[in-house]
Amino acid sequence: MKKQEILQELRERFKDEIVDFFEKSPKRVYIEIKPEAIVKIANCVFKEFGARFNIASGVDARFHMEILYHFTFDEIDLTLSIRTKLDKAKKLEIDSIANIIKGADWIEREIREMLGIDFKGHPNPKRLLLSDDWPEGVYPLRRDYKEWDKGAIRDRGAD
Amino acid sequence: MGKTIVPIGPYHPLQEEPEFFSLTVEGEKVVDVDVQIGYNHRGIEKLSETKTFDQVPFVVERICGICSTSHPFAYVRAVEDIIGVEVPQRAQYIRVIIAEGERIHSHLLWLGLAGHFLGYNTVFMWAWKIREEILDVMEILSGNRNNYAMFKPGGVRRDIKKEDIPTVIKKIDSIPPTLEMLKKAVMDDPVLHSRTKGVGVLTKEEAINYCALGPVARASGVAKDIRKDSPYEVYDKIPWDMIVTQNGDVFDKLVVRVLETFESIKIMKYCLLNLPDGEIDLKLKNIPAGEGIGRIEAPRGECFHYVKSDGTNSPARHKIRAPTFMNLPTYKATIVGETISDATIILAAADPCYCCTERISVRNTKGNKIYSGEDLVRLSQEKTEKIREKIK
Repeated sequence: MKKQEILQELRERFKDEIVDFFEKSPKRVYIEIKPEAIVKIANCVFKEFGARFNIASGVDARFHMEILYHFTFDEIDLTLSIRTKLDKAKKLEIDSIANIIKGADWIEREIREMLGIDFKGHPNPKRLLLSDDWPEGVYPLRRDYKEWDKGAIRDRGAD
Repeated sequence: MGKTIVPIGPYHPLQEEPEFFSLTVEGEKVVDVDVQIGYNHRGIEKLSETKTFDQVPFVVERICGICSTSHPFAYVRAVEDIIGVEVPQRAQYIRVIIAEGERIHSHLLWLGLAGHFLGYNTVFMWAWKIREEILDVMEILSGNRNNYAMFKPGGVRRDIKKEDIPTVIKKIDSIPPTLEMLKKAVMDDPVLHSRTKGVGVLTKEEAINYCALGPVARASGVAKDIRKDSPYEVYDKIPWDMIVTQNGDVFDKLVVRVLETFESIKIMKYCLLNLPDGEIDLKLKNIPAGEGIGRIEAPRGECFHYVKSDGTNSPARHKIRAPTFMNLPTYKATIVGETISDATIILAAADPCYCCTERISVRNTKGNKIYSGEDLVRLSQEKTEKIREKIK
């Protein structure tokens, strides 16, 4: 499939779910979608269009939590980043795509620990990276993160 | 038959992903595997947000001791993607030379250790002897045997001197004949065939489903290499071939890596001979607000960096995805159904890290028997010995 065909089809099929469409450069396209549509769109992109799932990255922005799902179409050299914004005022949760894409299993667990976003329906929602004595509800990549373990020795540089 | 849990791990301080495997075994056969990582979580993504754009390459260089160039490379590509610039030609060539040199030494390191796990210490000695040559080359080019500190957003930090090139080429040229000899010895060995062929197979479907990368995917017939699919720097100007095999077993992963080493030597030599003159640095001043993605083919697969800038002088968000993060979960598909004595080589075949495999401890909960890491390697080596006897 050509690049324009893919983008056109996405636009038509998900015209109610796509909020924003942005072609940054010939190789990079960003689309913003409504969070509830992620499973549907991920399924379409991964299973039907045959894209490869690179990774997801979570960002703590000022008013919302952002998750970017990066997909790559290797044959046509296009990286498609699907952006979802979760309102911080509401409960932070989104449907898990790990049931469709096995490669998304770990990264969803990582985002859950780092940013406190719940992935509904994740097959194995165990802790992945943080140690066992790390308290629940403390998320290190959030903007308001404060060091909780006063006894820990950290490298503080010269002082 | 009673099930036994075999814990492997937990920690390995060298690479980015220390891991803990617990293998559930029935007798000799592995029936399930659970992987746990995070024993050495260093919070580099968080740390990166406190550094300036110019300092970050030094931080990410220390993520991995073996492929130390991949992370700075992907990072500087991401920063250049934010601005939308291409670095000067000469810098592009130098970047490729460094990246390929790293691939050669990384693959050779793997080959040596794979040989050791199988009880072929001669392979180990030879592979590491050849690797020594390439480390010398890297020292001439960058001043360091590892952690080259060559990359910066906008170019490279250090130029390659004209008078060094003949010495370097002479050293590189000495590698293929020895490697050819080693390749023949390894690939024609009947014992090695029976230890690695059909063992730990990753099917093409599973490779796609797990989003496997690099040599792991290419050994399973997934023809994906970022250097070909999304040519960065000068990879589209250089004649080289992507190595793809179809079987997905340990043997094919070995073949892919050995043949790729030859390709890397070819690329490196081409770049050294065709190195253009000119600037090596764009001297970037400000990084504007925006987001960028850097993708490069590290020795173990695609390395992915996402950088978000808010216009200040440090990244607002820096997401790092090392290739092993995607390759490690494939164990679930490769190890189930195999025997414990094959576990070491299957775990090693995805090229994760070695210390962890050497730190294996096996606990037989029923019989209260504890194996150490050495025992597991010994088990693997004994199996080779048995096959050797049989073939005689």
